[in-house]
Amino acid sequence: MSGPDLIVQRWTTRSAWFVAAMGALVVLLALGPTVFSAGLTDRLTTLFIYVILGAMWNALAGYGGLVSVGQQAFFGLGAYAAIRLSHAEVPVYPAIVLAGLAVGVLSLAVGEVMLRLRGGEFAVGMWVVAELAHLLVNLDPLVQGETGTSLIALNAVGAVARRGYNYWLALATMAALLGVLFALLRGRVGTAIQSIRDDEQAAGSLGVRVLPTKRIVFVLAATGCAMAGALWLSTAITFQPKAYFSVQWTAYMIFMTLVGGIGTFEGPVLGAVLFFLVETFFGARGVWYLVGLGAAALAFSLFLPRGMFGALDQRFSLRLLPLGYRVMLPGLLLRRGESGRG
Amino acid sequence: MAEPGTILAASGLGKRFGALVVLGDVDFAVREGEAVGIVGPNGAGKTTLLNVLSGAYPPSAGRVTFRGQDVSALDAAARCRRGIARSHQIPRPFSGMTVFENLLVAARAGGGLRGRAAELRCLDALEQCAMMPLANRRGETLGLLDRKRLELARALATGPQVLLLDEIGGGLTDGEAADLVGIIQAIRARGIAVVWIEHIVHILVQVVGRLVCMDAGRVIAEGAPGDVLRDAAVIDAYLGPSAHAHPVG
Repeated sequence: MSGPDLIVQRWTTRSAWFVAAMGALVVLLALGPTVFSAGLTDRLTTLFIYVILGAMWNALAGYGGLVSVGQQAFFGLGAYAAIRLSHAEVPVYPAIVLAGLAVGVLSLAVGEVMLRLRGGEFAVGMWVVAELAHLLVNLDPLVQGETGTSLIALNAVGAVARRGYNYWLALATMAALLGVLFALLRGRVGTAIQSIRDDEQAAGSLGVRVLPTKRIVFVLAATGCAMAGALWLSTAITFQPKAYFSVQWTAYMIFMTLVGGIGTFEGPVLGAVLFFLVETFFGARGVWYLVGLGAAALAFSLFLPRGMFGALDQRFSLRLLPLGYRVMLPGLLLRRGESGRG
Repeated sequence: MAEPGTILAASGLGKRFGALVVLGDVDFAVREGEAVGIVGPNGAGKTTLLNVLSGAYPPSAGRVTFRGQDVSALDAAARCRRGIARSHQIPRPFSGMTVFENLLVAARAGGGLRGRAAELRCLDALEQCAMMPLANRRGETLGLLDRKRLELARALATGPQVLLLDEIGGGLTDGEAADLVGIIQAIRARGIAVVWIEHIVHILVQVVGRLVCMDAGRVIAEGAPGDVLRDAAVIDAYLGPSAHAHPVG
């Protein structure tokens, strides 16, 4: 055996089918508003926003090791930026998209400070950022303090058209963000960011540009959460700072990621679907619903630390997405290597 | 310090942590393709020297030059991209990534390679370090010896011109140590300079042509391994001033 003859496998037949099926699913979902009932269309819009939130938090914490409990900062700022842009006469749907991008640019500055913190300092620091953002937004007379305001320009769009636009924009944003994340993780940023997660100092000693790599993931996650906030505003119309800058948003992101499978691409999507179903059926139970969510997240992190998808993947070697690398070893070598697994 | 053929050099190098002086005025140079061993009792400053050479710590005094250029202000990542790679005394695997992916980080970031070129570099380094059977194992599943070899393979995957090894042989059996000597000799044969800190002197002298002995943050002896090991100051440092009658080595 000689090294250069070996194949490094990424795509498998199964992963090619899976990616094709997911692409087809997005195309089918795009037909949604023309087929689904109004209620289902609204609910699915919500699901897409949840998927965005889960995937973005996982990108940050699961792949980058950047555990943030302040992602609601960007969620709230995204909604606020949409209000501001719309107030400045930007047409309402472009305003929603621009709001996400604008907050993404702002997050560059936030990251310059926050990414110098590590571990718990970063986590708590992000919460401080969220509280600060909340207070600053309240200073804007347009928001009218906690009374809040509305995205009034949406009233000019008919209810049926609005439902469709919201749905399509949420679906397109979700697909685009997942696509960008997938492309990043498949390339050199993917290996670099995971090495930083596992050992920042060792990554640096191997030539990894630590801060620029973290910055890419931080800005992506901030942009995604801001888009989610602006999209949420498009469905809710009203903007009350307390509701958007609430830590519950980050709690939901953590729940989806932990239950679905932290550090796996598929996990948080699965987690978002589960969260969505639980909310749909038990959301009306008030406090006990929240207690149940908390207990479930705790149970998963104790007993299934890699979440539902992580457990399935380990048990069945699913490898649904071509994100990792597998060296195709001759059988004899493979058995020697695998024998010590455990 | 700009002697021809010198690839990595330190002049007047000092490192202090607060009031504690760990390195005081160290001059040190490695020629291209040369193998140098560093020995010395615990606390002599060997690992600190390696940390300052690799850029993990900035020096408090003096400077580090690589191919005649002052690299003192560069961090470890930038020095690695120029060709200075290191292994860690306590292995630091990327535990959530496979062995192959661990190397891929090094080949891409440190080696600046892309695509199949990066993969080939990793496969070559795995083969060189006899780690191919472990290619698909996650870092966290490796035992201590494999973690040490991973340190070596990963440093090699950056495509270094100088390899700084920090006690890569600690805890090995004689057979494993012999394998390691073979691997490092093969690395040298590729023209890569090696600076190797090691307590196990008998495996060190099989590879290095020159030995540097440190004590209390200074170089106390330097030269051919046999001479250094018979040096009175070295014997004092290891065994105390009364031990001259029983030379080590």
